[in-house]
Order: sequence, then C-alpha cells, then structure tokens
Amino acid sequence: MSQPVVDKKKISIVCFSGEFDKMLAAYTIATGAAATNREVTMFFTFWGLNALKKQRGRKPIGKDFLSRVFNWLMGGRNNLSLSRLNFGGASPILMGGMMRKNNVAQLDELMEAASELGIRHFACEMSMHILGISKDDLIDDVQSVVGVATFLNESEDAHIIFI
Amino acid sequence: MKHFLDITRETCPMTFVKVKLRLAKMDAGEKLEVLLNAGEPLENVPRSCEEQGFKVLSNEPTDNGKHLLLIEK
Repeated sequence: MSQPVVDKKKISIVCFSGEFDKMLAAYTIATGAAATNREVTMFFTFWGLNALKKQRGRKPIGKDFLSRVFNWLMGGRNNLSLSRLNFGGASPILMGGMMRKNNVAQLDELMEAASELGIRHFACEMSMHILGISKDDLIDDVQSVVGVATFLNESEDAHIIFI
Repeated sequence: MKHFLDITRETCPMTFVKVKLRLAKMDAGEKLEVLLNAGEPLENVPRSCEEQGFKVLSNEPTDNGKHLLLIEK
C-alpha cells in the first residue's frame, strides 16, 4: 500500500491472553493505529495464538498426545472466551449479537482489515514449540515465527502494548 | 474521478479504517466524498487524512445533521 508520508510512528502489540474481548481490543487498537499511519506489529504468544489457528473450532492439532489434548481444549477463534462473565461460552455469542446490532466491527472484520492495512503478524516460536503447533496450523497473515529478540529488534522505537 | 463512501453506520475504528482502505485503492489526484457523523468521526477522519498527506478540500454540514467531507488523494 503506497503511503504519502514516509516518517511513521510505530506500535507493537503483544497478544498474550487471547480472550475474545482482549483480542477485539488488540485488533481495534491495531487497525486504528494502522489507519492513522502508524506501523503496526502484532506478536502472538501463548493463548493469543488460538485466534490465529486456521481451524476455527476445536481440533486436536499438535505434534504429540498432550499438545493435541491442549489444542482441542483451547480451540480456535470460535472458542475464545470472554475475560469476565463468560458463562460457559454463551457470552461471546451474545456479545457478538450485541455488536452486530450496534454496527460494531466483529473480530473477523477487524482481522480482515488488519490484513488489508498491512499489519505484521508474528507468532512466538517458544509458545508454538510448547503447544506443538507449526506455522502451517496458522492463518496466512502470519508473516513469520520469531523469538523475543527478533520481536524486540522489530519493535525498536515502538510503543509496546501488552494485552 | 470522484468516489463516495458512507461511514455513518460505522463505529470506531472502522470509520477511518474504511476511509484509509478506500483511499489506498484510489489513484493520486482522485477525490473521495465521505458522509460521516458529527463527533468522533468528524474530529478524527479529517485530521488523520491531513496527517497522512491527503488534502481535505471541503467539510460541509448536511441538512440531516451529518457532514460531507471531500478529500483529494
């Protein structure tokens, strides 16, 4: 995407917790920042990786028995829980309905916009190793699998937000 | 060529995200007319466009309490 202004502010968002409402917050900040000409990097680690899985539901992906159980229990983007008042997974569905009613962008729409805006998605190598998942298990928007040193290098002079 | 975008039903951040994405698909010199609500969109859309080097040619209130913004890429 061509940019009329060269000098850009930078924001890096660490997506750690991966809950429905916190992913919404992360993508709202990310897309808002990118749309106002900031260079945005998102770094997904631990529970945050669930939102990036190609398999949106519960699938036993992983390299061994334990990781398969873990990934089935965590699920994908369709299984993200609310950080409060989750009520066994009912609340995210209700929340989605309330968002639609009020014309607030859904997570899918925000993620699509993030992709179009050229937001960089990095996945944490260490978390993926623990959870036994590979880059092929994640959506194509994931640019690369990196360690913390690369993330910090890429986030030089950036505001870092931890969600 | 003049494009048109209605963001009166959008909320933050999709108001300026949609404007940004539409401008990105346009050629330099083309114009974009944006219908938006007063308040947050009116405060932030023109400002963020100008910060990114786009020209806000006009900003006029409409009869129904909305605003019409004309931006040149």
